[in-house]
Amino acid sequence: MANTFVKISTVTVGSGGAATIAFTSIPQTYTDLKIVLSTRSTSGAAVARVIRMKINNLTTSIYSHRALEADGSTVYSFTETGTDSAVRIGLTNASSATASTFSSGEIYIANYTSANSKSVSVDFATENDATTAYLECLGYLVATSAAITDLTITPEALAGNFAQYSTATLYGIKSS
Amino acid sequence: MPKTYEPISSQTLASTQTTITFSSIPQTYTDLVLVIQAQVNGSPINTDGNINGDTGANYSFTTLVGNGSAASSFAGTNASILRYATAGYTDNTFGHNSINHFFNYTNTSKYKTVLCRANNAANGSSITTNVWRSTAAITSISIIGNPFAIGSTFVLYGIKAA
Repeated sequence: MANTFVKISTVTVGSGGAATIAFTSIPQTYTDLKIVLSTRSTSGAAVARVIRMKINNLTTSIYSHRALEADGSTVYSFTETGTDSAVRIGLTNASSATASTFSSGEIYIANYTSANSKSVSVDFATENDATTAYLECLGYLVATSAAITDLTITPEALAGNFAQYSTATLYGIKSS
Repeated sequence: MPKTYEPISSQTLASTQTTITFSSIPQTYTDLVLVIQAQVNGSPINTDGNINGDTGANYSFTTLVGNGSAASSFAGTNASILRYATAGYTDNTFGHNSINHFFNYTNTSKYKTVLCRANNAANGSSITTNVWRSTAAITSISIIGNPFAIGSTFVLYGIKAA
């Protein structure tokens, strides 16, 4: 039986950081996509910062989510709707977090070539080695009938760049 | 990369269907992962199911859920169903997806644990842990909708630890 969980591409951020992590010209030959991230931002204003995802460079109000979040003492739930710059996909460690710690995240996109809206399962954990860290689970939706060909992940405006050694790997998963 | 994440069976509905069943599941993997993207034609209900056709009171579950304004948790004991997702998650859009992990499904010394991550951007995000009080190996899995709509997809993967 064929192996159907296949690495498509890995991005590793070099010295100097990177404003975005992008996957372009994504092959249309899989059923689902999975992105595994290990990131940290250069922002010094917080231990964690929001990151966002843009699909096919679409900047219209087609993004939404419902989030479940915990910070070690309280559980929250909230929702965001709007453009790619208004709706988070998850969190990243920021530079006030303990040195050498990185957040971990998984983004699972079901049926990314279908003509239905794209529903996405998202799990993120920031890490701060004994003080405040965050767990976040999102039900995320992109209301587009277009097949996904490009993904761009960006720290929010206040969050600087992705720091050196941040990584993101895109996998393709086939159902047959 | 070793061949450790393999599709076992896939169903894309060409007509509405109330019950989806994966049967004769190969016993050659370590874990199973069931990926669902679905909508229902009728009123949204809990997305439930069973294992090996067992509809007895042999399941329990605990859920952590966020609906966009508040987080909550609830549980079911001696339930007669496996809970994949709570009410409203499978609605009349394709906004629902869930990733459901069946651990050590062939192990005949353990009750079976199923961890379910369910989402709908219009309704919420949840994590549910289920226990099926049986040491039998899992040979079939069912999912029940109200009914599931045309185009709904259900994919079962096998994962090998080695």
